Amino acid sequence: MNAGFDWVALAEYSAIGLLSGGLLALVALGFVLIYKGTGVINFAMGEFMMLGAYFFYTANVMWKLPTALALALTLAAVALVAAVIERLLLRPLSGQPVISVLMATIGLASALHGGVDALWGGNNYEMPTLLPRKPLTPGDILIPGQVFWSFVLAAVIITAFTLYFRFSKTGIAMRAAASDPLTAYVLGIDVRRTQALTWMFAGIVGAVAGIVVASMTSLSPALGSAALGVLAVIILGGLDSIAGAIVAGLVIGLIESLTAAYLGGKVRDIVPYATVLVILLIRPYGLFGTRQIERL
Amino acid sequence: MRIGDFRASYAHDEALWPTRVQQAWLVVLALALLLLPLGVNGYVVGLACMVGIHCIAAAGLNIMTGYTGLISLGHAAFMGVGCYAAAWAAQRGVPTLLTLLFAGGLAALLGIVVGLPSLRIKGLYLAVATLATQFLLVYVFREWDAVTGGVRGVNVPNAQIFGWELLNDQRMYYLILPVAALMLVAARNLFRTRVGRAFIAIRDKDISAEVLGIDLLHYKLASFALGSFYAGVAGALLGYFYRAMTPEYFTLQLSIFYLAAIIVGGLGSMLGTILGAVFMTLVPEVLRAVVALIAQWAPRATEVLSPIQQVVFGLLIMGFLVFEPHGLLEIWRRVRRTFHLWPFRA
Amino acid sequence: MNSPAPPLLQVDDLHLSFGGIKALQGVSLAARAGQITAVIGPNGAGKTSLFNAISGFYRPQQGSVRFAGEDINRHKPARRAAMGLARTFQNVALFRGMSVLDNIKLGGHTRLHANPLSALWYLGPARREEMALRREIERDVIDFLEIDHVRNHSVASLPYGLQKRVELARALAMKPQVLMLDEPVAGMNREETEDMARFILDIQEERGVTVLLIEHDMGLVMDISNHVVVLNFGQVIGQGTPAEVRRQPEVVRAYLGGTAAAEVAA
Repeated sequence: MNAGFDWVALAEYSAIGLLSGGLLALVALGFVLIYKGTGVINFAMGEFMMLGAYFFYTANVMWKLPTALALALTLAAVALVAAVIERLLLRPLSGQPVISVLMATIGLASALHGGVDALWGGNNYEMPTLLPRKPLTPGDILIPGQVFWSFVLAAVIITAFTLYFRFSKTGIAMRAAASDPLTAYVLGIDVRRTQALTWMFAGIVGAVAGIVVASMTSLSPALGSAALGVLAVIILGGLDSIAGAIVAGLVIGLIESLTAAYLGGKVRDIVPYATVLVILLIRPYGLFGTRQIERL
Repeated sequence: MRIGDFRASYAHDEALWPTRVQQAWLVVLALALLLLPLGVNGYVVGLACMVGIHCIAAAGLNIMTGYTGLISLGHAAFMGVGCYAAAWAAQRGVPTLLTLLFAGGLAALLGIVVGLPSLRIKGLYLAVATLATQFLLVYVFREWDAVTGGVRGVNVPNAQIFGWELLNDQRMYYLILPVAALMLVAARNLFRTRVGRAFIAIRDKDISAEVLGIDLLHYKLASFALGSFYAGVAGALLGYFYRAMTPEYFTLQLSIFYLAAIIVGGLGSMLGTILGAVFMTLVPEVLRAVVALIAQWAPRATEVLSPIQQVVFGLLIMGFLVFEPHGLLEIWRRVRRTFHLWPFRA
Repeated sequence: MNSPAPPLLQVDDLHLSFGGIKALQGVSLAARAGQITAVIGPNGAGKTSLFNAISGFYRPQQGSVRFAGEDINRHKPARRAAMGLARTFQNVALFRGMSVLDNIKLGGHTRLHANPLSALWYLGPARREEMALRREIERDVIDFLEIDHVRNHSVASLPYGLQKRVELARALAMKPQVLMLDEPVAGMNREETEDMARFILDIQEERGVTVLLIEHDMGLVMDISNHVVVLNFGQVIGQGTPAEVRRQPEVVRAYLGGTAAAEVAA
């Protein structure tokens, strides 16, 4: 008869936490892409998630299109929106101080959030289940199927992106344009096109994450605000590190799961924000971020 | 055309309103503001009170963001702190003017606590820290029943100035107007001294600022504390004005509202603050009127008022940043230049 | 011959590396009080890194910086400024959101005392010290550098040469003991260079300020310096009076190549 600590429960919460961190890492990836690719701090990542989820809902549930087609249309639409944003908002502001661009993305987030809320209304909608529900039971612990498969999906997408950036011609061009636009221009790389591509990729990544999260919970405008919790992941992982985003995503997922399990649901809402403040106190540049050295 | 404007002393050159014409206009404006409640209905007086409160809050945000370059997304939460502090003190019989100081002081203290870790590093981190603070404080407002009344909110007794109870909007106006005027002039004064100049230097090129002997952390904290003080006072006045308050008022959307106000009005300028505050007070009113009009054909329109506001705020921020980054102030200055140089062209 | 003035700024065996890059390897130099010391050398020799180490932006791995005998290695840049160390930058580092006058007034920051409270109120001590500062700047800096006609202009609207002069004005407003100038005449034509040379000499002679300058314009360096230090690849390869340094073979080799050095040695 064991009256001791419930290790199985701990293992279960931990596993679920780590796996749900996969989605957080995915959204963080989108953010890091834009920061590394264009130097812009994009406060509107959550709104990309919203757009993805709402577009998919419209295509799949309202227009009753088959899932694959709805998905394709959604991603194309979000990519288009991202490209338009890059062209109309970010390009005129290139060269402006960082805080101006930051405020612009804050304004963008506000406009997109309000737009979605106005067009679709503030109610909760039911999204179709996209990932297999059947739970996995390794040993004594129970992992919900959706959590596991969302992790797999995130892992696949992140790996695909990492390989793409490493080895494909466009990917290398994007990295070049990100680290030294002037030299990239001179070498014949179309920097403007790569920056537009960066935004489109980030939009797609955010949209996928949004669709998955919405199908696991529900569809409502609160989805956009939930992504602000991803900021904790970004801060922890360092602004410009993809590896950092991954590790941080898992860690934050773990923390969220454990605090929700042991401290209750209400606290869960503010856990990301409290975490952010703690991280800023101890290690502001995150786990992997590069400490900025300014050229004098 | 402006002619004969010469300055015979440095004191004259450094004055806020050096020319006779400016001084005359100032007197006219002062008279108009003092006599306003007598000539308009209660609704407009209420609106004028809100403009005053918005001016104070926006001035605080402009000091932090416009002049010093520190982005705060938690300004609304600091107003909330001021509001609840004022409610707490007023319920215990503290005189109104002292309550305002207490509210501002508490907010300033909190600003220092929040600023301390995040001001050591660059822009984004402060924005995120203030965002986190915004959510955390709202959580506290909702949960700390004993002090804030939780979700139900709190009641604020009538404001009193030396025994004279401010029972209605008209009387509140005569409290808000001088407080706002004083605080705006005080903020402007900052930038006639080394303190304000240090703020601007930090925004423009903090490395140069260091080389001139400016302790970055010290001045960033001072800027953040001052801005939060202003937010606290604005929040306190808000509480007195509405006589009750709930946590739902101090949302992220309100923080973004004030950000829009200073961007639209003009970053780094007190006149810009006023222009922005007036403009942004009118925007929701205009939207409400438009939506009411549309509701005649599309009854569902009133539901979307709040999200439409969010869209408009966002568009205003983006639009002004792209097309008129110096805000309404720049438009004002262009008009003034045309008058100063007439009949010659600007 | 007078005994040499004591060194006001002393750098001893400074080693500075960034990751694998060794910017400074054992650099030692002394800027004597009231003299103009020039630091010259090809691009990438480490001159600006040296200035940044003296300013306090980089912490050297080894070595010391002494100001008026005091070790300032652990002092932050703001503290060094308060001690009397002023500097200009290679790329003009003026505050673009302010007028010329406000930029210059910032030079007086460490000598003023207003705090946020007295600043908000303004009338009284803050106003008095502002007026005193204005008078002093007009008399000692603006008149001297002949920039009175642009005092209310925004710095962004000024031509490059005037911007550099405003930056010098701002450094002067600090009433420094040591003035570090990073390429003060870069990009200037003959006339502007001569004006600047005149200003720097006046600063040295009339105000007794110790000047340490980085420059590529050899004419200027040879004409006004009392002492020249030559850097290459992060090391001092020669120092002395301008005439002495001009003849050192190492120096000639660094600038002109091997055969020229051989000619000089012969």
